Amino acid sequence: MKTLAELAAIREQMKDKVAIRTGSGAVRVVVGMATCGITAGARPVLNAFVEEVTKAGLNDKVMVTQTGCIGICQYEPVVEIYEDGKEKVTYVKMTAEKAKEVVEKHLKGGEAVSQYLIGNTEL
Amino acid sequence: MKDLSLYILDIAMNSVRAGAKNIAILLTEENNVLTLRIEDNGCGMTEEQVEKLSNPFFTTRKTRKVGLGVPFLRMLSEMTGGKVTVTSRPEADFENHGTEVVATFHTDHIDFIPLGDVVETVVTLIQGNPDSDYVFRHKTDKLDVNMDTREMRAILGEEIPLNAYEVLAFIREFLLGQYENEN
Ligand SMILES: Nc1ncnc2c1ncn2[C@@H]1O[C@H](COP(=O)(O)OP(=O)(O)OP(=O)(O)O)[C@@H](O)[C@H]1O
Ligand SMILES: [Mg+2]
Repeated sequence: MKTLAELAAIREQMKDKVAIRTGSGAVRVVVGMATCGITAGARPVLNAFVEEVTKAGLNDKVMVTQTGCIGICQYEPVVEIYEDGKEKVTYVKMTAEKAKEVVEKHLKGGEAVSQYLIGNTEL
Repeated sequence: MKDLSLYILDIAMNSVRAGAKNIAILLTEENNVLTLRIEDNGCGMTEEQVEKLSNPFFTTRKTRKVGLGVPFLRMLSEMTGGKVTVTSRPEADFENHGTEVVATFHTDHIDFIPLGDVVETVVTLIQGNPDSDYVFRHKTDKLDVNMDTREMRAILGEEIPLNAYEVLAFIREFLLGQYENEN
């Protein structure tokens, strides 16, 4: 079983990394986590982004954050991506699988996954 | 919502939105009654606001005209023969402002939905709001799972946020380990 003492090892491992990380946030992935989002399945979407961004080695560049109701409840789970110097991109009706694809193609590959974008998605 | 852990996430999100720096999620199971207690030291509500909470048309949000969180929880609890009590002290009146939401559920009732992945709920809360502190406890006759992020912070120090990937992964394992060990 894990004990709290293991956190000391994590602290040592991370000491140098933290400095780099605090300068990050060039890309922000924002997941709507109000009642409407949670009901529609936002929790696994959020956690898939956290997981996949780390796996893809994008932690220094991409920040995954949460917000309340974005105001388009019927499209939840909604994920917005903000990137310096680019227009906001809104993904709707997300799932953990789609999140994985967005990390791969959009955050890593630089190409938005158009079929999940608002406007291209049927209700 | 599919399981209780999602309701817990939703109610705790109210605490986050109320600016709480301390949030406690306490689950106790005794004689087929599950009691969920969520305490926060956020901005609180006036008596009037607390009263209105049973009405889905009370919300201070701006993007949508109905607040669904508390009414959903109340409905779920009452369907199993339980009840929800909210007590709150607003910021203006007291130094010890904050809110407690207590919900009971009869676990042997046909309408009781499973608890679900409460560990994922705790991890999700911390991921989104790493500057607050969290206490989590789940106590039944078979297990007693405990977590207090202040103890973790004391070891991690100031620089490492609770939502660093490695720390979140630790917290998940730390909690799952306690569930496995005592089953
Ligand atoms: N812990 C709390 N502290 C302070 N105010 C609260 C708390 N919980 C609820 N409230 C108040 O009660 C209102 C209704 O809460 P409820 O969860 O039912 O809906 P909501 O959060 O506004 O919207 P939704 O949950 O549907 O996203 C909130 O807008 C807020 O003003
Ligand atoms: Mg709410």
